[in-house]
Amino acid sequence: MNFANLFKIALRAIAGNKLRAFLTMLGIIIGVASVITMLAIGQGSKRSIQAQISEMGSNMIMIHPGGDRRGGVRQNSADMQTLKLEDYESIKSEAQLLSAVSPSVNSSGQMIRGNHNTPTTIYGISEDHLTIRQLEIQDGEMFSEQEVKTAAKVCLLGKTVIDELFPNGEDPVGKVVRFNSIPFTVVGTLVPKGYNSMGQDQDNIVLAPYTSVMKRILAITHLQGINASAIKEELTDKAIEEVTAILRRNHKLAEGQADNFRIRSQQELSEMMNSTTDMMTVLLGCVAGISLIVGGIGIMNIMYVSVTERTKEIGLRMSVGARGIDILSQFLIEAILISITGGIIGVLVGAGCSYLVKILAAWPVYIQLWSVVLSFVVCTVTGIFFGWYPAKKAADLDPIEAIRYE
Amino acid sequence: MAKPIIELENVKREFIVGEEVVRALRGVSFTITENEFVTIMGTSGSGKSTLLNLLGCLDTPTSGEYKLDGIPVRSMSKNQRAGMRMRKIGFVFQNYNLLAKTTAVENVELPLMYNPRVSATERRARAVEALKAVGLGDRLMHKSNQMSGGQMQRVAIARALVNNPAVILADEATGNLDTRTSFEILTLFQRLHAEGRTIIFVTHNPEIAQYSSRNIVLKDGRIKEDTINNNILSAAETLASLPVQNDD
Repeated sequence: MNFANLFKIALRAIAGNKLRAFLTMLGIIIGVASVITMLAIGQGSKRSIQAQISEMGSNMIMIHPGGDRRGGVRQNSADMQTLKLEDYESIKSEAQLLSAVSPSVNSSGQMIRGNHNTPTTIYGISEDHLTIRQLEIQDGEMFSEQEVKTAAKVCLLGKTVIDELFPNGEDPVGKVVRFNSIPFTVVGTLVPKGYNSMGQDQDNIVLAPYTSVMKRILAITHLQGINASAIKEELTDKAIEEVTAILRRNHKLAEGQADNFRIRSQQELSEMMNSTTDMMTVLLGCVAGISLIVGGIGIMNIMYVSVTERTKEIGLRMSVGARGIDILSQFLIEAILISITGGIIGVLVGAGCSYLVKILAAWPVYIQLWSVVLSFVVCTVTGIFFGWYPAKKAADLDPIEAIRYE
Repeated sequence: MAKPIIELENVKREFIVGEEVVRALRGVSFTITENEFVTIMGTSGSGKSTLLNLLGCLDTPTSGEYKLDGIPVRSMSKNQRAGMRMRKIGFVFQNYNLLAKTTAVENVELPLMYNPRVSATERRARAVEALKAVGLGDRLMHKSNQMSGGQMQRVAIARALVNNPAVILADEATGNLDTRTSFEILTLFQRLHAEGRTIIFVTHNPEIAQYSSRNIVLKDGRIKEDTINNNILSAAETLASLPVQNDD
């Protein structure tokens, strides 16, 4: 039997009863459209949370001193001095899986310019910090390596600090500000980042070379922390292992001895957030999936009724030479065509609904290719699955009875 | 001796209904040769429907042999019989059995749709040709619900002709039509007969037997009469003699 002919027969049969075909499709359309819309909403919120996390610096690895005990008393990690500059240098020169490494020291204090002042935190960092935290320079430029080496008194200001110290909108670049009476020349300003999801103002910062902060403000030789970026988010775990190995060697820790530092990554946070949104996506997907099944049962119903209704037609087809397999194929192709057409319309309607949700409710939505592919595959399978039984029933009809069926 | 198209040899067909055995055909033998126009008559329960099903390869005999165009049918599988129907038989039914909301030409194309050896172009050409042969060349694109009973039956006859079958099986083909239209259809059958077609016309209307070349009468599953009609009436003449209808 020629497949092209069967296809044509099925197509003619559908064209012969457009309303019935459309009503059958409706279930599938609603099912597919809701799957797509629900998954788009789920994915949209997941993405927006991921974007917030990556704003804090994706792939970020934070190394802090820790795990040290003094006479059984666990110490505040900030007071411990187990992280040294040599550790930073070893990591910088040896670690293969890191794209950026920066020491991190900070001090809170009052930033003063003329008769303006504001409380803020000065961060001692290296150039890589901008990459790690995804910061950008707005005006001026980043301090140079030379300035890091010489512990130069230069700094970059965040927007909140600028607003407080330069309320008249002057250009801060080149001006001198004082931090706890130590003068710093402003070499650049930072692009504002706004508040993060934890409600912290990310613009209330001053960046200076770590050497300057260590020597001139804190007068310490150890590091409060080291921040780094893994090459890729997926490689974060590997990068942590690598850094751990370097630090353990540097700190001469014997096997079995606990780490005297702690390494954390943004992944934990992002995993937690993801698990919440994933659950939401699954939930929405389930609701939508149920409607797809209902749509499938709709197909079965209509196909089943249509076998009875079309008994005579089936009898006629058999009397002119159609075999059981031809009838089966025809009904199956009809069911699949209806489901696929319904699927295509459903995808379009789903995309439209997602767009409406985005416009009207201002929810973040994101349609993923896999959700389209998934619902498409599901409706084809639905067509075959729910079309099979009625088709088989049609094929098994006795032509003698079918042709005389009233 | 003309080529035998249908050979029945002591054909019996029994049905088991519950505990009872119903003997629908109790041993029927006859041969129909090429270019015969045979009417098969009988009251209800005489076995003529069962015989028609057997002749149409819709059913197989319980015993006895049936050869269609020289090919034994009894041992055939369901699919093989479907193939026989596709190539050797053209059915015409009492209630036309056209596909609803489908054009005349698509209805006629139907049997060829199941024949992979016929291309789409050839299929269309043969369907148009068949419709022209039944006088519907100007109604190719009419849908089945836009036609009169007589026109629908012509489409059905065209559909039976399109695969160029060995035999045309008509089941009460004029049963649903008024007298005038009946004779129009009968005229068409006679013309097809004259063109060399083999036609079997199952009916309970004794009048029709006068227009066929041979008449077989069944009773209680057996052949009661098998007569050659030497005085075939012309349906066209009868049609001409019918009073012109004056519908008010």
